[in-house]
Amino acid sequence: MSGVGSPLSPQRRRFLQDSARAAGGCVAAGSLLAWLARDARALPAEALRPPGALPEQDFLSACIRCGLCVRDCPYNTLKLAELGVDAVATGTPYFTARDVPCEMCDDIPCVAACPTGALNPALDNIDDADMGVAVLVDQENCLNFQGLRCDVCYRVCPVIDEAITLETAHNTRSGHHALFIPTVHADRCTGCGMCEKSCVLPQAAIKVLPARLARGSSADHYRKGWEEKEAKGAPVVEGIIDLPDRLPGPGTDNLVTPGGFAPEYNLPGARQ
Amino acid sequence: MSARTHFPVGQEAIEAKGWLGAHKYLLLRRASQLLFLVLFLLGPWFGIWIVQGTLAGSLTLGVLPLTDPFVLLQSVVAGHWPELTALIGGLIVLVAYALIGGRVYCSWVCPINPVTDAAHWLHRKLGLPKGWQPKRGTRLWILATVLIVSGLSGVIAWELINPITMLHRGLIFGAGFVWAMIVAIFFFDLFVSRHGWCGHLCPVGAFYGLIGTKAMLRVSAPNRAACDDCMDCFAVCPENHVISPALRGKTGTTPLILSPDCTNCGRCIDVCAVDVFKFTHRFDDHVAAPSDPVPAPIQRAARPT
Repeated sequence: MSGVGSPLSPQRRRFLQDSARAAGGCVAAGSLLAWLARDARALPAEALRPPGALPEQDFLSACIRCGLCVRDCPYNTLKLAELGVDAVATGTPYFTARDVPCEMCDDIPCVAACPTGALNPALDNIDDADMGVAVLVDQENCLNFQGLRCDVCYRVCPVIDEAITLETAHNTRSGHHALFIPTVHADRCTGCGMCEKSCVLPQAAIKVLPARLARGSSADHYRKGWEEKEAKGAPVVEGIIDLPDRLPGPGTDNLVTPGGFAPEYNLPGARQ
Repeated sequence: MSARTHFPVGQEAIEAKGWLGAHKYLLLRRASQLLFLVLFLLGPWFGIWIVQGTLAGSLTLGVLPLTDPFVLLQSVVAGHWPELTALIGGLIVLVAYALIGGRVYCSWVCPINPVTDAAHWLHRKLGLPKGWQPKRGTRLWILATVLIVSGLSGVIAWELINPITMLHRGLIFGAGFVWAMIVAIFFFDLFVSRHGWCGHLCPVGAFYGLIGTKAMLRVSAPNRAACDDCMDCFAVCPENHVISPALRGKTGTTPLILSPDCTNCGRCIDVCAVDVFKFTHRFDDHVAAPSDPVPAPIQRAARPT
């Protein structure tokens, strides 16, 4: 360090100036690059990563964008994002379920091809894949919700009766039919997109979404009374008074339809 | 227009060695660049799968993995420890370039090289000023910046803009707007900065330069006594600061071009009419004794009218 009265030598002054300039340039360029890196993490909702892909943040630190998974995909499901065309981080693999869904090969060739582990080799059963979660997003247009037996999403599901089940419900429109509601079970759904691909509507009523959009989460402190009760084998609160249940029908406090809508003979205790 | 006092670059070499002889390494280099591209393209274009993947990572004949060590390094810095396949691939590439010269990648393999070479060729034809010339250490600063950003952001940072892998991947998998980036680099090298991209900025080149610091394969100037100061080698060399220490070295200094910046492109060998340069290994510091202690300057004809 130069003290007072001894000015910097020209060499040192120059060195410091050059270093400062270089460091400044690097901070500017690095900030731009970091901004790009931040941008790259914004994966569009309809772009699904291959099976076994690490969470997006980790994926971008692991994927070298070589395209070997794309090459080994026998159904040409996977493609590499093109610069400025696809909104996915350029050169990384993804697929669009509505175009070509994942066929869920048993040997998972894309994972086997990945040299870096961006597609986690620990995934050895394709049924454990977690590419996204199917969500029946449009109940108004879904044919099954209208009481028809389309069932296509259910039929094509590779994990049929586990990832998608048909749950029956009363058809209030006809009054005497059932609705067969396609119901996705997120813990079994692999996000392959067969349902979205096969939906017969011009725009799919069921779509595979990334888990961050598809799922809510239960709060840690929530307890379900019926589960607690079963676990305990007895009512959770001792000595609770069992009040009479409110019932629809005449003579009750049903304010929506005074006088009740259920025939009297249907009420418990009524005799025919 | 100022008077031209010398032949066009390489003219004397063409007269002395013939056109082919004066373009030997240039042609070999273009063939090599084409070969590496075609190897990758045979699969997607003709269904002949010799090499799969891209320059960032590939699989040859289903057995040989190759990985770009610079991409791998960024990946590690970003917090991912790659699987063994990628590590082996990276090690093979690392060892190969450590032996033959890291920047052999730049001049014999990299698909951006023909772009910047074309820009430089036109630059010379048009007689443009050299423009912005960043300091020599700039690309090392950029290299460090890329690694720091990779570490901070957890993303393999340079792959977000790396024109090398983008162009290569673009040709093999579909280009998108990569062409715009290539055009940008061409014009940058042509108008803004001579040898700007490959010679001053690209951190991939900087990285491979560091790998090849102790490389075996070197260009040497054993016949430097015969140099007639035509300056053609300086004109064609993409890193022409590497030439002086070898060519203009005092007696007793090594004739080897030992700078890691040298890309081993061999263009200096091509354009030298008196064959000063040759490829050799780094322990061959033999200097040919001058036939005439004081070499008579070769009289050059005036510019042909």
